[in-house]
Amino acid sequence: MKVGILALQGSVQPHEEKLKTLGVSSLQVRYPEQLTEISGIILPGGESTSMIQLLKLNQVWNPLKEFVKTNPTWGICAGSILLASRVTNPMQECLEALEIEIERNSYGRQNESFIDKLTPNEVWKSFCSKTDPIEGVFIRAPKFKKIQSDIQVLFEHRGEAVMIQKNQCLASTFHPELTDSTLIHQYFLNLCGQHH
Amino acid sequence: MASQIGGTEMKLKTGLAEMLKGGVIMDVVNREQAVIAEKSGAVAVMALERVPSDIRKEGGVARMSPPEIVEEIMNAVSIPVMAKCRIGHFAEAMVLEALGVDYIDESEVLTPADEQYHIDKMDFKTPFVCGARNLGEALRRIGEGAAMIRTKGEAGSGNIVEAVRHLRTLRSQIRRLTTLGSEELMNEAKELGAPLALIQWVAREGKLPVPNFAAGGIATPADAVLAMYLGAESVFVGSGIFKSSNPEKLASAIVQATTNYQNPKIVAECSKGLGSPMRGLDIHQLKAEERLSERGW
Repeated sequence: MKVGILALQGSVQPHEEKLKTLGVSSLQVRYPEQLTEISGIILPGGESTSMIQLLKLNQVWNPLKEFVKTNPTWGICAGSILLASRVTNPMQECLEALEIEIERNSYGRQNESFIDKLTPNEVWKSFCSKTDPIEGVFIRAPKFKKIQSDIQVLFEHRGEAVMIQKNQCLASTFHPELTDSTLIHQYFLNLCGQHH
Repeated sequence: MASQIGGTEMKLKTGLAEMLKGGVIMDVVNREQAVIAEKSGAVAVMALERVPSDIRKEGGVARMSPPEIVEEIMNAVSIPVMAKCRIGHFAEAMVLEALGVDYIDESEVLTPADEQYHIDKMDFKTPFVCGARNLGEALRRIGEGAAMIRTKGEAGSGNIVEAVRHLRTLRSQIRRLTTLGSEELMNEAKELGAPLALIQWVAREGKLPVPNFAAGGIATPADAVLAMYLGAESVFVGSGIFKSSNPEKLASAIVQATTNYQNPKIVAECSKGLGSPMRGLDIHQLKAEERLSERGW
């Protein structure tokens, strides 16, 4: 199994290191033909405006939009913004993989970035036996605003969803790749394995 | 990982730098330029009063950008906004932090306010980027709390030669450290004038403990590609973009080239039809006092 990481820009290397630790090979994805080589894709944190520009310049936008409809996908921060069906602050294009509205920079600027413990809710507990709190690193993070009822919430922070899932598609507004834990990566790899 | 040095605060500071990797950070002096930069795919903009090549031409004291201009730029774009303060001018840095900028650049491009000391950057919640010409200088800045290093190059010159020199120096000094025995590291700390703990970290990991970007003299897509091959994780482009004949096209081309730096066909394609780049200066014609990279220690 090979897992792709969209590598147009952003927090790519920390994900590579996590996957390597877990014994899984990864592929930096920049071009459309690479999508055929992977079992799932991570859309990492970075700047969503820059990624949109580069997705189009490299002609990956449409193939990726098709890919994320049916293949295991995990969007983190900017990646979760790409997966939404509506983006605000400001409005911008998205891949429409998840029926959610998302607001960019919703907590504020860098001075409002923070780290806090995240307690898993019941849905996560039914997926995973490890129920200790995890470290949530939020950097100029977005917030999920409107979430369709068929989307499951795996982690919340102060009553607001920060990690969600629908079928094979995951989105988190925080950065597990910047912590010492591999738990969320393992969870995503399970999704890739089941799908494969 | 960078988070192994420093606590929670440092993780958030280097975390933002991590998000900017593989991207282009563009110097802008007003709202219009900031909007062009964002549309062209910049990952962040750097607010400053005058671009380095104008500072060179016009002379005088170069200071922090006026607060209303910084705010105008912050309101105009959704990407992170950085702003420059003078070396050692912690009061300018406090103003920039109060304005809420996302990164502060304690920059040799502005006229230094303190010829002896840099800012104690640990005291700030806002992360700092600082320039460096070599490993010792980079580690001194990291020791003071910088969460990102950019090799200095020669700002406003449109000439890549100094950036290449600084990137190569940094890379070979890091490589050398990894070959030394543990008993040799204290002497190395003395020679480089850098904290022992950071020297030991670099010797073990073979890289800087914070992201390393390149700046100073990048004027074309191929310049950005060269910097990426020499170990830069992102590039800062200053005067190069808005001093060229077609800023929008050049900005977008540099963004595309940086991402696809290992793909010369794409770099060739996006380098076509860009008009004339900024004219540029011969570094050897610059007098010692005109060399911005000599500022700071």
